[in-house]
Amino acid sequence: MPVNVEVPVEKWSGSIRSITLGATAAEGGTRSHSVVIGGENTLPFLGFEGKASHRPRIAIEVRAANPAEEWATPLVKAWGAVLGDLPAWVKAAESAGADIIVLQLTTTDGAGQRMTAAKARAAVRTVLNATGLPVIVLGTGQAELDNEMQVAVAEEGAGERLALGPCEEKNYRTIVAAALANGHLVTAKTPMDVNLSKQLTVLIHDMGMPMERIITDPTTGALGYGIEYGYSVMERLRLAALQGDGMTQQPMIVTPGEEAWRAKEARAGEGVPAAWGDWGARAVNWEAMTAAALIESAAGIVVMRHPEAVARVKKMIAELMAA
Amino acid sequence: MALSGLDIYKLLPGGIKPPHPKANCKECGFPTCLAFAMKLAAKQAELSACKYVSDEAKARLSAAAAPPIRLITLSADGRKVEVGNETVLFRHEKTFFHPAAILVRVPDTLGAVEIAARAKAVADYKVDYVGMALRLDGLAVEAVSGDAAKFADAVAATRGASTLPLVLVSENPAVIAAGLAKTGGVTPLICAATADNWEGMAKLAKDAKAPLVVRADSLAGLAELTGKLTAAGVEDLALDPAVRSFSGSLQTLTQLRRLALKKSFRPVGYPTIAFPYLGAADPKMELLLAGQQIAKYAGFVVLSRFDPADVYPLLVLRANLFTDPQKPIQVEPGVYPINKPGPEAPVLVTTNFSITYFAVANEMESSGLPAWLLVADAEGMSVLTAWAAGKFDAEKIAKTVKTTGIADKVSHRKVVIPGHVAVLMGELEEELPGWQIKVGPREAVDLPRFIKTAW
Repeated sequence: MPVNVEVPVEKWSGSIRSITLGATAAEGGTRSHSVVIGGENTLPFLGFEGKASHRPRIAIEVRAANPAEEWATPLVKAWGAVLGDLPAWVKAAESAGADIIVLQLTTTDGAGQRMTAAKARAAVRTVLNATGLPVIVLGTGQAELDNEMQVAVAEEGAGERLALGPCEEKNYRTIVAAALANGHLVTAKTPMDVNLSKQLTVLIHDMGMPMERIITDPTTGALGYGIEYGYSVMERLRLAALQGDGMTQQPMIVTPGEEAWRAKEARAGEGVPAAWGDWGARAVNWEAMTAAALIESAAGIVVMRHPEAVARVKKMIAELMAA
Repeated sequence: MALSGLDIYKLLPGGIKPPHPKANCKECGFPTCLAFAMKLAAKQAELSACKYVSDEAKARLSAAAAPPIRLITLSADGRKVEVGNETVLFRHEKTFFHPAAILVRVPDTLGAVEIAARAKAVADYKVDYVGMALRLDGLAVEAVSGDAAKFADAVAATRGASTLPLVLVSENPAVIAAGLAKTGGVTPLICAATADNWEGMAKLAKDAKAPLVVRADSLAGLAELTGKLTAAGVEDLALDPAVRSFSGSLQTLTQLRRLALKKSFRPVGYPTIAFPYLGAADPKMELLLAGQQIAKYAGFVVLSRFDPADVYPLLVLRANLFTDPQKPIQVEPGVYPINKPGPEAPVLVTTNFSITYFAVANEMESSGLPAWLLVADAEGMSVLTAWAAGKFDAEKIAKTVKTTGIADKVSHRKVVIPGHVAVLMGELEEELPGWQIKVGPREAVDLPRFIKTAW
């Protein structure tokens, strides 16, 4: 006897805000196109239940200072000489499939000297000139230096609709003010906690920043290094958003590249158990899998490092967006 | 549907009409039948505590109390894998109870030597992750050849080289029968019964007392088949929704999980099996699909091949997602050498909350600076939480310094405490005479700079 099974659909009352990164000439910037994230009204990729209007985007991290000494060998090999040539690196990232470029600011420049506002300004100008993609500029986490650099970055990129970050509870006012004055977005980073995330969104919004210009960074750990905390906080934020909590409806950005490549599994080729398998393969798997899990738990932007990991995750996103 | 306390009450001696003479007898240990019903609904009492409940009520209550996703057990020579019995869609709601079983496929078209090598490699594979031994769970022998004798040989070769639980994969009952004869006493999972072969498969499963996979490409098809098989007496079932792609698998497995948990729809109240290589031909994409299926609702995941560089991240992902969120992973307290430290290397103290440990250990490791990391037993709490709870105080830190014997490993007498517990400095100086207490940064990320400038 044929059985009738009703597809179990949840009725959500809330949805995620759509956020636009990058401004084209018509919009007062110089980007060749803008990128929209967010907009979904269901859990990730459940097309039977709602719309996933904008696919998650991959941002590739670049730096003004050559990271070859600091970064793990498989990563350095993958990029080769462009690591020391910012415009070439940006172009290579674009060819590798980046939707967005993340300029990661550092504490020292390529010559080992302390970074300054002027150097950060020059770096963002170089990136903006090298690509038509939207650009995110992330600081070092050192408040004083970041504020100094981000004010200059905000001015230099005025009108480009950059995203500047990370705004943190202990340091957000200067960056938010600079972003407000120059038409940019901000990322709001809190340490894996739903309530802290909401609170920081409120604080930033209270300074006059429209909700359509705040991207949440809930913080993540790498696979094996606390990913489950970030994963569950992201699921909780997304569920709260769909249930109508307005302070959790920001699209999310996470940094699986940075986290995964900090893990010993990605960094160490010698003196590790044979059961870890081939270093190069394992390292790329580590980043790809970290990013993939975060995309399944509702990331809107993943910031990544290795071109091969990017290619796989990009393919996965395309498959998930296919009906 | 799970019954509410009031629904249950209406079946108990005090709630039926007219009430049973023993209504509210208190023999169950609760003051009234209603109180007992509430406890039953909360799963804090057992129905057997009531001697006077009718048989009809018992049947209804036990049907409602059966787990919404049936527990399926596969065992072989002491290795056992259990899947199912899940109660939530999101791990933060409670926890995921039974880690998805990860198995490796053995096509019967491989030679006997290759089969034995693969079976042995999978069975022997073991990797340590924060003190846990992570392993693979079984082998899925697939009748790619379609030939019964060849399949039987492959099963025998697999069985000869390993003691892992088995899945036998073929839609041909005659082929499965040949394989069943060679499992050497192990009860495998049979895969799969379809709309066309279910009667033959049901007989084999019943005779072998083996669990059986049901394969259909629609929810209705699965429900219809499980209905036929349970009617035929096969109760231990698993579901193969035969939707393979990233998108299709996610949506279908989510629907099945929701139907079982939120709608208490019994016909699909079974664990699922997934074959990521059928949805992603490139082994690198297969790995990501397998990861998705582990996170989103597969009970068994069959990999096309065995490669430690793929299996290790997958096993770690599973360990992470199936960790009970209420009981965070703790790191064994003790001394952890970082970057081959010598007697001059700094001594840093932190707590044994895994994330705290990883944050500190990772920053130091990637900095290349040698250090001795002392991990105090703070009952798995982070620095601030443990400090607030009195689990990471001067006494605890002093005890860690003394009991770990770090004094014998270093030539200096300096120890760095986290900036968040700077307030402990004075007290710690009293607890650790002869040691200089240095207050480090609040965040792990600032440690390398601190060591370079302030050590």
